[in-house]
Amino acid sequence: MTDVTHSIEEEDFGPSPREILKKSILAHRSLLLGFGAIVIIVLAALLAPVLAPHDPYLQDLSIRFTPPVWQDGGSWEHILGTDHLGRDYLSRLLYGARISLTIGIGAVLISGTIGTTLGVCAGYFGGRVDMVVNYLITVRLSMPVVLVALAIVAIFGGSLNIVIMVLGFLLWDRFAVVMRSSTMQVRNMDYVQSAQAVGCSTLRIVLTEIMPNIMNNLIVVATLEMAHAILLEAGLSFLGLGVQPPLPSWGLMVAEGKEMLFFEPWLIMIPGAALFILILSINLMGDGVRDVTAPAGKN
Amino acid sequence: MLIYSLKRLLLAILVAITVSFISFSLLFLAGDPAIAMAGEGATDQDIENIRQLYGFDKPVLVQYFDWLLRAIGGNLGESFYFKTPVVHLIAEHMPVTMTLGAMGITFALSLAVPLGVLAAIRPNSIIDRIALLISVSGQALPSFWFALVLVVIFTVTLGWLPASGSDTWLHFLMPTVVLSYYAAPAFMRLTRAGMLDVLGSDYIRTARAKGLTTKSVFLKHALRNAIIPVVSLAAVQFGFMLGGSVIVESIFALNGAGSLAWESIGRNDFPTVQGLILVFALIYIVLTFLADVLNAWLDPKIRIG
Amino acid sequence: MTNIVEVENLRVKIPVSAGMLNPVRGLTFEIKKGETLCVVGESGSGKSLSAFSLMKLLPKIADISADKMQFMGRDILKMSPSELQNMRGNRMAMIFQEPMTALNPSYTIGNQLVEVLRRHQNVSVKEATERAIYLLEKVGITAAASRLSQYPHQLSGGLRQRVVIAMALMCGPDLIIADEPTTALDVTIQAQILHLLKELQEEFEMAILLITHDLGVVARMADRVAVMYAGEFVETGTAEQVFKQPVHPYTQGLLSCIPVPGKTARGSRLGSIPGIVPSLIGDMRGCAFRSRCPHANGACHNNVPLEKWSDDHFKRCVLDDTALTSIAKEAIA
Repeated sequence: MTDVTHSIEEEDFGPSPREILKKSILAHRSLLLGFGAIVIIVLAALLAPVLAPHDPYLQDLSIRFTPPVWQDGGSWEHILGTDHLGRDYLSRLLYGARISLTIGIGAVLISGTIGTTLGVCAGYFGGRVDMVVNYLITVRLSMPVVLVALAIVAIFGGSLNIVIMVLGFLLWDRFAVVMRSSTMQVRNMDYVQSAQAVGCSTLRIVLTEIMPNIMNNLIVVATLEMAHAILLEAGLSFLGLGVQPPLPSWGLMVAEGKEMLFFEPWLIMIPGAALFILILSINLMGDGVRDVTAPAGKN
Repeated sequence: MLIYSLKRLLLAILVAITVSFISFSLLFLAGDPAIAMAGEGATDQDIENIRQLYGFDKPVLVQYFDWLLRAIGGNLGESFYFKTPVVHLIAEHMPVTMTLGAMGITFALSLAVPLGVLAAIRPNSIIDRIALLISVSGQALPSFWFALVLVVIFTVTLGWLPASGSDTWLHFLMPTVVLSYYAAPAFMRLTRAGMLDVLGSDYIRTARAKGLTTKSVFLKHALRNAIIPVVSLAAVQFGFMLGGSVIVESIFALNGAGSLAWESIGRNDFPTVQGLILVFALIYIVLTFLADVLNAWLDPKIRIG
Repeated sequence: MTNIVEVENLRVKIPVSAGMLNPVRGLTFEIKKGETLCVVGESGSGKSLSAFSLMKLLPKIADISADKMQFMGRDILKMSPSELQNMRGNRMAMIFQEPMTALNPSYTIGNQLVEVLRRHQNVSVKEATERAIYLLEKVGITAAASRLSQYPHQLSGGLRQRVVIAMALMCGPDLIIADEPTTALDVTIQAQILHLLKELQEEFEMAILLITHDLGVVARMADRVAVMYAGEFVETGTAEQVFKQPVHPYTQGLLSCIPVPGKTARGSRLGSIPGIVPSLIGDMRGCAFRSRCPHANGACHNNVPLEKWSDDHFKRCVLDDTALTSIAKEAIA
């Protein structure tokens, strides 16, 4: 056993999992792009009072339909122009980001709590519990979301809180479905069974053994559902049964611009593009997180 | 197979009953229906008469069962606004929505499945990247905005397509595209993922080792297995499309069930809204039931126990 | 006897995120008509990859190169995709490790059997079906005709492997590549399948390239043996030579891991080889086994050629003949 070099084995200890994760995050361009865009949008929303050049609610009919700066008649005073009431479009856009993000986060907090609880219970206990949850998911999926949301908002009135509640109580299905199947996979793992064998309480097993292992899936669903909620809010507001004027919801801004579609198309282009970019960034981030945290070999 | 179908049918019926209860309770969430029916300027006596006439004074559960029995018999009550049976209203408006949904699902599938297959055959190729781009950006487009952008391009700027109405197939073109683009990415992703999964399987290696042609390997051995989950998704997406028709129909002024729903909500015509929710849900339940049975039939493991 | 397979210096390279993986590093071998060559080695030694590269069934990113790679006198590396497809399943067929997943779940056994013959020969469905029934009976499946309409999930693992074998025989191939054909099966079924392969080989005069990690299988089947370690052959020879006089320390280590009835004393310790297979990423020099070898010395850092030990018996080791002979005697004792 003399003079055996270990140069060969040294290569066997590759980079640590953390380093690999870091490397794959940095190599994932769309993840970085989505994340960067979201950071910018969140900052813009948080700093809206500082960044906005004007009061988003201040009307001045004498300057209504001022076009954005790159069109004839535009000026740097109102970079993105003004709407049908002469309100500064850029300021409304910045404040609108707050509404979209509030709706997205609020709705996902509610729907995530409901869906995760149901899904983890179904996946962990199986049997009858699973049957009941499955039934609830099927009921939920068979309700036409847009229609039900419209009806409920019409009944209770369209405030920000109502819209958040309605979306939160309607959009838990994907959480339940994904959390159910991930929990099922994890619960048959040896480490869960050994925790059961040494007599850990169910709550403890769920919190310390199961949740950490399905966290990545939860994050992915949460981002995608956040995008979904923001899109739905915009749709409801567009139909006039979501967030009510004069709040600057992007969906509402498109609806208000729709009247002038034939003459001032930029009125719908700007808020619509903002929505598109926000949703795209969130989805890119969600997909990226899935790619990066998925076990090697899975695309 | 039979036992599976019966079990699935039982679930479908159970879900249908639950949904019917939910849509029934909407009427009560909306406030006292008697007041709404009596309209403005009605006296207390009028309201009381309506209450008794329609049985609104009975316990809620009794009312639900009365309503359910009538609904099974095809009577969904009378529209507050039109004063005609809701069933007639829905029957009148449904064909437009169904046509739109059928066109939307066909368009989405015929675009997404071939793209998904091509993307899976050549992962990371140009086609794969284009497919990914379409799917990522498609899922981020707000449908109402996309509809308006299409109108700006094809009606306002180019003048090729009509922006509203349902007279010719040209009227259906933009609504179909808007309705289908949201479903297409899901089909594409599922087809691609399914194909990739199947292409990595042992039996595809067997098929290649047998010397089968590339075409036969992809189409006979891979696609057949990869397409099974897409069938289920198609049923689900069709249901979603009917729901999504609310937005599309209201923009393109198509006189279908979606725009009827939107207008009825605006008019506080809750029997109609209730009926529409029920019908949309029932269509979804029936479709997913059929899809699951078809799926079971396509999978020999379930078909031959 | 004529060689139906001749391979010189076969290499496989696969780019991975950490660099270039070299799982197969210069194999040279030939297979004669009707003989069985067993390639034996640990998992990860590259034996399955070598077999798949012979059929060019590796993913596109894998780079296969060789100074010579001929099957029935034709250069496999120069064949067009359609020529390869005409060869596969026809003259050269394959049996897989996992019978549970090797068959398509959506099609009947009959469909999948008939498909092979119809692909390669211009025969009617009826003729192909007859051939399928004949072969299913040959591989010991009773009520063969009624099995044709069954789906894979209705058959047990042993039956499925018989179906896979029948499928490989459909066109009467000259060479069958069997990749761990019995690993996934019960021990009793293993013996039956091996026996069956041996019988069929004699009847149809096929050559078999058998990939396995199981020395018991090698002992039953092999005419010649190639011991593979870290992408190289470390010892080749006839079955008798390799089993009776293993010269390479790795072969000896492998053989000492299995108990021999009547020879291994009750309660005595079985051998084991310490350490793990080295990483095959990047270029490497010297004997790959040196870090686990009890006899390693400074010379092992240089590249070691495969050298003749006796007739048809080759070894890749720096130790001289006397040293190896004494080690070999020690090992057998």
